[in-house]
Amino acid sequence: MLYIKCPHCGLRPQTEFSYGGDATVKRPELNKEISDQDWDNFVYLRKSPRGKHLELWQHISGCRQWIKVERDTLTHEIFTTYKASENI
Amino acid sequence: MPENFRLDKGGLVNRNKKISFTFNGKKYFGYEGDTLASALLANGVHLVGRSFKYHRPRGFFGAGVDEPYAIVQMNRNNEIDPNVRATEQELFEGLEAKSVNCWPNVDFDIGAINNFLNKFFPAGFYYKTFMWPKSFWYKIYEPIIRKAAGFGAASIKHDKERYEHKYEYCDLLIAGSGPSGLASAYAAAQNGARVILAEDKSRFGGSLLTSEVTIGNQSGQEWAEKIISELKSMPNVVVKNRSQVFGYYDHNMLVMSERVSDHLPKTDKYIPKQRLWYIRAKEVVISSGSIERPLVFGNNDAPGVMLSSAAKEYLKIYGVLVGKKPIIFTNNDSGYETGIEFKKNGIDPIILDTRKDASSEIIKEAKELNINIKFSYVVVAAKGYKKVNSADIARISDDKKNLSNIENIKCDCICVSGFWTPSIHLASQSGNKTKFNEEIDAFIPSQSKQKETTLGAANGVFTLEETLKTSFEKGSELSKQITNKENKVSVPTVVEKKPSSHDKFWCVPLPEGKNYKRFLDFQNDVAVSDIQLALREGYRSIEHVKRYTTLGMATDQGKTSNLNGLQLVSDVENKVVPQVGHTTFRPPYTPVSIGAIVGREVGKHSKPTRKSPMHYWHEKNNAVFVDAGVWLRPRYYKQGNENLFEASKREAKNVRQNVGVCDVTTLGKIDIKGPDAAEFLNRVYTNAWLKLPVGKARYGVMLREDGIVMDDGTTTRISENHYHMTTTTAQAANVLSHLEYYLQLVWPELNVNVVSSTEQWAGAAIAGPKSREVLQKLFPDLDVSNEGLPFMGYMEGNLFGVNAKIFRISFSGELAYEVNVESDNGNYMWEKILEIGKEFNIQPYGTEALSTLRIEMGHVAGSELDGRTIPYDNSLEGLVSKKKDFIGKRSLSKSAYVEIDRQKIVGVVPLDKKTSIPEGSYIVKDAKAKLPNPKLGHVSASCWSVEYDNPFSLAIIKDGKNMIGQKLFAMSPLKNKTIPVEIVSSHYVDPKGERVRS
Repeated sequence: MLYIKCPHCGLRPQTEFSYGGDATVKRPELNKEISDQDWDNFVYLRKSPRGKHLELWQHISGCRQWIKVERDTLTHEIFTTYKASENI
Repeated sequence: MPENFRLDKGGLVNRNKKISFTFNGKKYFGYEGDTLASALLANGVHLVGRSFKYHRPRGFFGAGVDEPYAIVQMNRNNEIDPNVRATEQELFEGLEAKSVNCWPNVDFDIGAINNFLNKFFPAGFYYKTFMWPKSFWYKIYEPIIRKAAGFGAASIKHDKERYEHKYEYCDLLIAGSGPSGLASAYAAAQNGARVILAEDKSRFGGSLLTSEVTIGNQSGQEWAEKIISELKSMPNVVVKNRSQVFGYYDHNMLVMSERVSDHLPKTDKYIPKQRLWYIRAKEVVISSGSIERPLVFGNNDAPGVMLSSAAKEYLKIYGVLVGKKPIIFTNNDSGYETGIEFKKNGIDPIILDTRKDASSEIIKEAKELNINIKFSYVVVAAKGYKKVNSADIARISDDKKNLSNIENIKCDCICVSGFWTPSIHLASQSGNKTKFNEEIDAFIPSQSKQKETTLGAANGVFTLEETLKTSFEKGSELSKQITNKENKVSVPTVVEKKPSSHDKFWCVPLPEGKNYKRFLDFQNDVAVSDIQLALREGYRSIEHVKRYTTLGMATDQGKTSNLNGLQLVSDVENKVVPQVGHTTFRPPYTPVSIGAIVGREVGKHSKPTRKSPMHYWHEKNNAVFVDAGVWLRPRYYKQGNENLFEASKREAKNVRQNVGVCDVTTLGKIDIKGPDAAEFLNRVYTNAWLKLPVGKARYGVMLREDGIVMDDGTTTRISENHYHMTTTTAQAANVLSHLEYYLQLVWPELNVNVVSSTEQWAGAAIAGPKSREVLQKLFPDLDVSNEGLPFMGYMEGNLFGVNAKIFRISFSGELAYEVNVESDNGNYMWEKILEIGKEFNIQPYGTEALSTLRIEMGHVAGSELDGRTIPYDNSLEGLVSKKKDFIGKRSLSKSAYVEIDRQKIVGVVPLDKKTSIPEGSYIVKDAKAKLPNPKLGHVSASCWSVEYDNPFSLAIIKDGKNMIGQKLFAMSPLKNKTIPVEIVSSHYVDPKGERVRS
């Protein structure tokens, strides 16, 4: 079980969090033309990297904040965690 | 039966307390402090089971977790307990155990025919034999094999025992209480670290309990006792026996299973049988010791052949002789220790040493005791079927290839020692890159990945002096880093006998003309010949050899077999062991009961149960409940002998004719505040929200980004910047997370806050033509006329002294209101509504009537918004704004979503107006078409229309728009029904929606 450092609350067990996918995906802006291809890429296509991955987790049983977690998908090592507002 | 293998004195058992127990129906006696294994051996019982494949007789091989044979089934506390190792099960009064894997009994086992047919059961036998014809597997082969195989039987009853989980944090977790565990725990505790010391056995001390050493001026055992009692008195130390640390997971999370009551005749009330500890440790010390390695020779699985360390443990801890005419077969000095112990107790052993010659203090002592020692000698084969009665022994040549002077000598047990294998399981599980140590012919931990340190025998250190020195140092060093305190502890002086080096020889060659089975894996019956065959057939990777032959795959996970297996593979392949490598160690180290893993999360405890504030009223009024998400909701209120169908029909009818009241507390509620709340809702919902006036509610649909409907509900503008959102019961948590996601990550510039208020409000829906009259009486001061409180209107009122929110919204399709009060006042409100409504014939209604009402109105719910439908499919396209953008909008223009014959919701009525259509039925054009019959769609919800008194269903079918009026078929292969139906509008009742506006 992972031990995740919530930037708001500190180290907490994984059971307090829920996973939210790739944190580098940016939602296309509202009211902007976008091609089918680009929209499909946004909705469906995700990389599955072996190694470092910046991902979203929500501290659902804690402060309810969405956070960004830099994690190694191979070793589960967690490097740094960021608040939602922090740009990396 | 007279106890004839127990010594008159000695051992750590309590001879003042005799304990009776039964094994295979026969009564025996043992002492307090015995294990089932030691007590049986004391009674001369060696035959305890049959082997997995050949059903060969099996006895005891070890004295602890490594035991491959003595797996029994227990009957404790009227519960079946399978897969219990007799070597670990402590004796208690009335213990009942029996053998497994034998029929009709362990003495006469029909399955043993396999042993005589063993030529036909080579490695991979099942893969090779039962492949053809393919169809035979499920019906013929598998059931027969299943019947013949397996250790013990699991109970099919609900397990009444209690299991618990515990979460713990500590500075140092120390796995194993042998010398390295005790020393490191002691040093760490002195530095003020929070320490958990875990021991899998009932007694602390590990090898100190059986070895002849002096620490300071005490025996090893006395020293262990002193350290343990000191540790127990320290507030920063938790000392646990009967506790196995079995798994090392990510981020220094370890799991330990504590056998809390397994050693007692029954579990006390409120005390668990077992407890699973999830321990997050800053540092882990692995002091799990080592397990003696067997030597391999003919029939080395016969009852009476066992590890020499086990024989010594039975002698020293339990005062039990495993035999009175022992042969000790060894390639190192450990066998001598056992021999000396026999001799001291008046038994004359013969020691066969594979080495040409060796000298050490221990050997010298054995010689001085006049023990018969034969160097360059081996056991060729054990003789005797159900118990060893003699052994063929032989001189072995210096190159270890040739046998000579084969002779048969009488014996009643053969104690083997093939040197020691460090227990590196936990270290390997943690990700440690292990390395092969040539000196001890075994793998030891090397580069740590997580915060772990392996000490003592587990690290390949077999001398006490060095173990204690490094363990005191490491315990001190690791704890100092955490506590920043250092209290030096002095390392005591140690007196121990230094051993001579061991012989790398481990497998006795077959004598000419003999074809003895030489077993490597004792539990899975894997012999030397099986590995050789697998290699001849081309298996190379050790992982493949393991899976093909099942080497090391039994419940003991090859604790005694893995290394010999690797030796053999590397011998045959002309490689060295490190080139072959070892298979992956995976948790658990020892079997863990499913009950312990599940813990308290059984039955109703598997998820929380939420009850509305009116729950006890429902209970008192004969409500029959149904699970709705995490909530319990009344399904119907039973009157007299009514069944579900009759009751729900009565309740629904009463809503259509008079007025009903339904507990809607469970609906998700989200409080939304902030200057940008309107803009936010406008982006979340498909319809327009910017112009919703204060005091008005609006129905909204929200999508996922892929265009699929996520949820629906009404949201009310309470004041300028304050909204009250409702969600479906099931989606409440997901919707909140969804909103938080967009506010925190996508549009952080929006000044909006959301918080769940589901539990803060109790809700009652008052529905039916007479609902306004009820509402007026509840709020006499308010103008609740159609003008004063129009459809989708909102007002606040005072309900006999409590604040209430009143929404004119309707799920039933009737004139209806929802009243919310603070949860604490929920029951008060509920009783007032029923009291006031009495003169209007008000009746409570449950979820079944609620469903009926919404289905015949064509209102969609969870069964239509099933994660596969878009707004159009649910005839909600009118709510999709063309002007503004919102979550998921772009997806709605996908080609599949705009197909001309896209699926759409319709109503379905059986032509006979009698036959109910099972939910999930397919709608097809031609009932007699060839399979697979192309389906148009499926029936999502069914009810008995109270308006028309005939069955009515909703279905989502292809080109639903153009299907109205068509005669089709509803088919339910599950219920074996084919029903001719007519497709009608999904709005079966009041299609114009006049009632809700009346």
